[in-house]
Amino acid sequence: MTDEVDPMIEIRASFFVECEELLESLQDGLQLMDDGQSDDETINVVFRAIHSIKGGAGAFGLEELVRFAHQFESVLDGVRSHTILVDRTDIAIFFQASDILADLVRAARDDEPADQEKVQSILDKLSVILGDNAQEEDEVDASDFQPMGIALDLGLPELSDNESVDTDTQHEPAITTDAISAPGNEKPEHFLEGFKIFFQPDSSLYETGNEPLHLLKLLREIGEVDVSCDTSNLKSLSELEEEKSYLAWTIYLATDEDEASVRDIFDFVADLCKLDISPISNSTLPPSNKTDDAPLSSELSIVPTASETVVPPAPPQISQNTADLPVRKSTVPTLPKTNTDNNKPSNKPRPTVRVDLERIDRLVNLVGELVINQAMISQSVTDADLPSNSAISAGLDEFMQLTRDIQDSVMMIRAQPVKSLFQRMSRIIRESSAMVGKSVCLKTDGENTEVDKTVIERLADPLTHMIRNAVDHGIEKEEDRLNADKPAEGIVTLMASHRSGRVIIEVSDDGAGINRERVLQIAMDKGLVAENSQLSDTEIDNLLFLPGFSTASEVSDLSGRGVGMDVVKSSIIALGGRVTIQSEPGQGTKFTISLPLTLAVLDGMVIEVAKQILVVPLNAIAETLTLTQESVLPLGPNNRVIKVRDVFVPLLDLGSELGFRAPLNNFDNAVVLLISQENGTQAALVVDAIQDQRQVVIKGLQNTFGRPSGVAAATILGDGKIALILDPIDIVSSAESAGNLAQNNLQLTG
Amino acid sequence: MSLQILAVDDSRTIRDMLNLTLSQAGFNPHLADDGIHGLELLEGLTPGAIITDINMPRMDGFGFIDAVRKIEKHRATPILVLTTESAPELKKRARDAGATGWIVKPFEPKKLVRALQMVTG
Repeated sequence: MTDEVDPMIEIRASFFVECEELLESLQDGLQLMDDGQSDDETINVVFRAIHSIKGGAGAFGLEELVRFAHQFESVLDGVRSHTILVDRTDIAIFFQASDILADLVRAARDDEPADQEKVQSILDKLSVILGDNAQEEDEVDASDFQPMGIALDLGLPELSDNESVDTDTQHEPAITTDAISAPGNEKPEHFLEGFKIFFQPDSSLYETGNEPLHLLKLLREIGEVDVSCDTSNLKSLSELEEEKSYLAWTIYLATDEDEASVRDIFDFVADLCKLDISPISNSTLPPSNKTDDAPLSSELSIVPTASETVVPPAPPQISQNTADLPVRKSTVPTLPKTNTDNNKPSNKPRPTVRVDLERIDRLVNLVGELVINQAMISQSVTDADLPSNSAISAGLDEFMQLTRDIQDSVMMIRAQPVKSLFQRMSRIIRESSAMVGKSVCLKTDGENTEVDKTVIERLADPLTHMIRNAVDHGIEKEEDRLNADKPAEGIVTLMASHRSGRVIIEVSDDGAGINRERVLQIAMDKGLVAENSQLSDTEIDNLLFLPGFSTASEVSDLSGRGVGMDVVKSSIIALGGRVTIQSEPGQGTKFTISLPLTLAVLDGMVIEVAKQILVVPLNAIAETLTLTQESVLPLGPNNRVIKVRDVFVPLLDLGSELGFRAPLNNFDNAVVLLISQENGTQAALVVDAIQDQRQVVIKGLQNTFGRPSGVAAATILGDGKIALILDPIDIVSSAESAGNLAQNNLQLTG
Repeated sequence: MSLQILAVDDSRTIRDMLNLTLSQAGFNPHLADDGIHGLELLEGLTPGAIITDINMPRMDGFGFIDAVRKIEKHRATPILVLTTESAPELKKRARDAGATGWIVKPFEPKKLVRALQMVTG
């Protein structure tokens, strides 16, 4: 039917996206249930999520998924109808089941096998909960789950056929020309083999929107029909009631189809009519011709030829025909049954459109160009030295504001709530706490905080690692917690918020806090710090971020995966973020991740060094200072430090570090940028001048340049020139490793 | 003009499929994501038939059918119920609410169109 790319593939892809959303509501619902809010609507939400996954999965023939979802759904159905009462243990199993459901969804999506053992074990647990409720309704009607054919060739007559019915009557004479005739008992002469059908609608048939005419048409499609209509019960027009049934039909159908196919046509009305279908062969009845002698009242030209609107009236008294046949009581639609949530306004999701990410990225890029262009125009206007109250200056101010608004709005498109990320973490908690035999729960806050989609994706691994660490190393064993007067259940908290243009994510636990003595000992044993080093608490805490550091005395299954906190730190730095650590003995540990709102634009300080224009990300700069020669103190032959508020800070000449010039000797009036490192220590970078502070669009350096040390990316400035965006922390740490820098800030005492 | 069909289902996947199937079969589909939304759309539509899911947030299929039947101009509009369970009691409930017929999910396109033919001709 179509030569285009199979749209089913697209729908399939969108099904899996929808599944993720459904899994999210499932998690939310289960969490509410776990918190003791098992009201009907909550359970309904959970039920519907599973139900919808099952429905879609069935359509794509994802049998494993259907099987599991069905079992899960049956349990929830029981919960919904209060035949199954659940406690928190059961809800814990539901959480596991939702994890498995998520696994199965992803396995189906990626066409990979799922972990059968896990699936079966949860299926078994669900069966136990289901218990006696697993009755016949649990037997899935196999036909319900026949995969939907992907091919959409409907193999049906074009729809226009419906519309042309009335003009086609010469081929199908029976319905239209003889619809009203005497009670027909005569089989047409050409009749070979087929069925005799007696069909007398109840009034309720019309009330449900059914229409006998359509059924007659369908009969005509499977064979040749001869229809006669019993109008004997018909009343005069004035007495007619629109929706009462007055007619009955006798139909001879010559067809090769079997009785089931014929009955199938009457599927929707079988309970709303008197229906008698009997097979006949050629010998059963004598041939006869159509009769035209039906008593016809002249007003009654309401032959049901028009397809849609006419409701054939029929007499209410059908006694003579029904004597030997049980008439079903008409099922008047007396039950205006509405769902309980019918009247309850709920927060309906706002309408959304799905857009290819590529398009958004293109838009982001274009807006980036716009920002650059706007900066260039501003530059030209400034250069033209126009009076500040000129129309062009005023227009430009507005243009700048609009550009920034557009940019913010475009970035918002890419933003997503961190909720999905946090939900994934709740699974990590469940699994990791089970693995180490601790009881730990996850608390989340600020899950609607929005972050760039890419940031969210790339945060998953570092967060997973931090959560595992928190469970494994942070939270104490149960007996230790009880001894310390803490609740047996440990708490890991994930918190997200926006703070001064950045996204803050905190991972904290209420565990024992960092055992600094032990951390220091391990660092010394591993040669990461010199023996007998005197380090501050913060410095000791930051040792955790050193490559090759691992505190786990025995490498557990959980955190011993060859990934240390150093990797966590470097992935966060790669996102333009920072991570800091705070720990309180006996109270717990808190990691704070600070991230830029977007990866496409940054606030930068435009500086000049050895006649080169460079950009330093503003978030790396703690403050700027102007030096005097006296404030610079030598430390060994090559190193210098400056004193900033009683702390000695190593001094670096950016120009020489980048290889632009020989090291400076005179620092009088030199401008320095104070760079905060992740470990809390600082370094001072000497620059020649600070030009400006502005937003710049990040342009990645192509791979042909490699990744020059100290350079993060490039940007285009207002005058069209290209400037490198520096990674000052990288510059400082490579200077450190080259020995050009006093290793640690020294605290002045006294 | 092709026949308008209003399809109500909270699952986007099912809506997508209904949309595809109905468009390919030459119908003019209108999609709603729950009963309330469906009723809103109905104000501006004269569909040849309505297809609705049962389990939906805000207003479920039973409530929706009941509400549609109370609207004079849609009193006789055929309504097909989408159901994953072919369980008789569900059909019964749908019928009591005033449904015309049913389609068992996952629907085959052919069956869907067939069911529509049974109620729209």
